[in-house]
Amino acid sequence: MTIAYYLVLAAILFTIGAVGVLVRRNAIVVFMCVELMLNAVNLTLITFARSTGTVDGQIIALFVMVVAAAEVVIGLAIIMSIYRTRRSASVDDANLLKY
Amino acid sequence: MDTVPADGLLSASWLLIALPLAGAAVLLLGGRRTDRWGHLLGTGTVVAAFVLALACTLQLDERQVAVDLFTFIDSGSLDVRAGLLFDPLSAVFVLLITGVGALIHVYSIGYMAHDPRRRRFFAYLNLFVAAMLLLVLGDNYVALYVGWEGVGLASYLLIAFWHERPAAATAAKKAFIMNRVGDVGLALAIFVMFAQLGTVTYEGVFGSVGLLAGGTVTAIGLLLLLGACGKSGQFPLQAWLPDAMEGPTPVSALIHAATMVTAGVYLIARSAPIYDLTETARTVVLAVGAVTLLIGAIAGCAYDDIKKVLAYSTVSQIGYMFLAVGLGPVGYAAAIAHLLAHGFFKAGLFLGAGSVMHAMDDQVDMRRFGGLARKLPVTFVTFGLGYLALIGFPFLSGYWTKDAIIEAALDHGGAWGWVLGGVAVLGAGLTAFYMTRLMLMTFFGRARWAPSAPGRPTPHPHESPSVMTSPMVVLAIGSVAAGFLLVQAFPLDEWLTPVFGEPEEAEHVVAPALVGIVVTAVMALGVLAAWLFVGRREVPAVAPERVSVVTRAARKALYADTINESLFMRPGQWLTRALVWVDNRGVDGAVNGMAAALGGSSSRLGRTQTGFVRTYALGMLGGAVLVAGALLAVTAG
Repeated sequence: MTIAYYLVLAAILFTIGAVGVLVRRNAIVVFMCVELMLNAVNLTLITFARSTGTVDGQIIALFVMVVAAAEVVIGLAIIMSIYRTRRSASVDDANLLKY
Repeated sequence: MDTVPADGLLSASWLLIALPLAGAAVLLLGGRRTDRWGHLLGTGTVVAAFVLALACTLQLDERQVAVDLFTFIDSGSLDVRAGLLFDPLSAVFVLLITGVGALIHVYSIGYMAHDPRRRRFFAYLNLFVAAMLLLVLGDNYVALYVGWEGVGLASYLLIAFWHERPAAATAAKKAFIMNRVGDVGLALAIFVMFAQLGTVTYEGVFGSVGLLAGGTVTAIGLLLLLGACGKSGQFPLQAWLPDAMEGPTPVSALIHAATMVTAGVYLIARSAPIYDLTETARTVVLAVGAVTLLIGAIAGCAYDDIKKVLAYSTVSQIGYMFLAVGLGPVGYAAAIAHLLAHGFFKAGLFLGAGSVMHAMDDQVDMRRFGGLARKLPVTFVTFGLGYLALIGFPFLSGYWTKDAIIEAALDHGGAWGWVLGGVAVLGAGLTAFYMTRLMLMTFFGRARWAPSAPGRPTPHPHESPSVMTSPMVVLAIGSVAAGFLLVQAFPLDEWLTPVFGEPEEAEHVVAPALVGIVVTAVMALGVLAAWLFVGRREVPAVAPERVSVVTRAARKALYADTINESLFMRPGQWLTRALVWVDNRGVDGAVNGMAAALGGSSSRLGRTQTGFVRTYALGMLGGAVLVAGALLAVTAG
C-alpha cells in the first residue's frame, strides 16, 4: 500500500473543509466543515502511525476526537443562543465585535 | 579682634533674639485667641528686649563679647557655630533696633487699631525685629545671612500686608526680587570666603583675609557691596525702596527707613578689615554712595506722594552713609553716627507722615494737603523737628552727623575729594529743597483738602491719639539731641574704637568751621529755593504737565524703572516667551506627535477588525500556509 492515496484523500478533505469555512455563511455548515478539517488531520495522523508502526499518531487522533466532541457541545450551544437572540444562523450577522 | 567669653547678663544676650521670636511664634500659632492682647504681647517683647539690650550695653565696657550657643552646621570642613558677637558696633545697632522698634510698636497699636489683622501685623513686626537682631548680633557671615533673609521675608510680608491692593502685592514682589539680586552677591561672597579661607566667622575671616590674593579680596568686597546695595536700596538696585511704601506706614518707618535698609551699611562697616585691603572695592562703594545720594535727592524733589519723597530721602541719606563707609577708617564712625541719627529723625518723619495720612483719610498726595499745621499741632512740631534735623539745621542731629561725613569726604584729598565733597554739599542743598517743599505743601498754605474717593466726605483733620503722638515726641527729642550726643557729648568714634581701631585725626583740607558755614549756607539756599518755587505760589491741585526735561526725568526717578524694565525685564520676558514656545512646540510637540502617531496607526490597524468571522478565518489560513511554506523552504533549503 502507498500512503500517498491516504494523504491525497486527507488533503482533499481538508481543502473542502477550509473552502467551506471560508465561503459558507450558515454557522452549522461552517461547523461541519471545521469537523471535516479535523477528521482530515486525523486521517493523516493514522496514516503516518500505520506507516511507521508506532501508536503516537493514533493516540493524538483519539485526543482530537475528544476535543472535537467537547467543541461540538460548546459550539452548538453558542450557535443556539446566537440564533435565539438574533433569529439568524449566518456568521456574517454576528459582527458586533469590531472596531 | 580680641573677643572675650560672655559673662553675667551678656551670656543671656541670646534672649534679645529669642524674645521677639517667641512673640512672633505665639501670635502666629495662637490664631484668633490672641487677637485681644496680641498687640500688647508684641510690644512687650520688644520693650523687654530694649531693656535687656540697655543692661547688656552698660555691662559691655568697651569689650567684644562672644556668646557661643550651639553648632549650627557641621558638614565636612564647614563648621558653622551659632554664636553671637556683642561688641560696641552691634550694641549701638541693637539699641537702635529695639529702641526705635519699641516706639514704632507702640505707635502701631494706635495706627493699626481698626485693622482686623492687627495681631498678624504685630507678629510680622516681631519676626522682623528678631531677624534684624540676629543679623547684627551673629558672629559669622552665615548667621548674618540667615538674619538678612529673615528681614527680607518680614519686609515682603509687611509690604504686602494689605495684599488685597494690587499695588501693594506688586511692590512686595518687586522688593523681594530686587533683594534677591543683592542676596546672590552676599551668598557668593560667603561661598568665596569658605572656599578660600575655610571659615565664615568674622574672627577667622578677618584674621586670614590678608593672606588672599588682591583680586580675591576685591571680589569678596564687590560681592558684599552687591548684597549691601540690594538691601539698602542703593544704585543700581534702588528702585524697590520707594515702591515699598505701599506697606503700612509704621513698616516704612521701622524697616524701610530706620533699620533694615541700613543693614548694608552695617555689612560694609562690619567687613571693614576686608575693605581696608582693597582700594578698588572701596572706591566702588564711594561711587555707589555718591551716585545714589544724588539720584535719591533729585527724585525726592519731584514726587507728590509724601511717603515716596521720604523714601527717596532715605535712599539719599543711605547714600551719605555708603559714601562715609567708602572713605575708610575716617568715615566708619561718621557713617554709624549718621545712621543712628537718621534712624531717629527718619522714623519720626515717617510716623508723622502716618499721622497726617491718618488725619487725611489715608491720602498721600501732598497736593491735597496744605494748612495742616493748625489742625495737627503735635504732628507739626514733631515732624518739623525731624525736618530740621534732616536738612542739617545748625546744632540739630543732621548738622553734626552730615557735616562729619562732608568733612571726611573733603579730607579724602585730591580731585576725588573735591568731587565727593561737592556731591555731598549739593545733596545737602537738594535735601533742604525737597524737605522744605514737603513741609510747605503739607503744613502751610491754603487747605486743598479733597475727598479721597468720589462719594467719600472731605476729610476733617484731627490730631492722632496719644498712643501715636507720644512715640513721635520721643523720636523728635532723639532727632534734636542724637547728633550732639553722638558727635560731641559721647563721641561714637571712641565708643567704636574696639571695632574700628583708634580714630585717625585726618588732615583737614578745608577748615571744619568753614565747612559748617558753607553747608549751612547751601542748606539755606535750598530752603529759599523751595520757598520761591513752592511756598510763594499757589500749589496746583494736579501736577503741571508742561515741565522741563529735568523735572520730567526726576518724576520718573531718573528712569530707573525704565532702565530696569528695558535691560532686564523685557529681555527676560522675551527669553521666557521663547522658552515657552520651544516647550510648547518642541518638547510638547515631540511627545504629542509620538502619541498622535501611535493613536493614528492603532485606529488604522483597528479597521482590520471587521467583525466578519470568515475574514479572520482567511487570515488564519493564510498565516498557517505562510508558516508552513516558510518551514518547508527552510528545511528543504
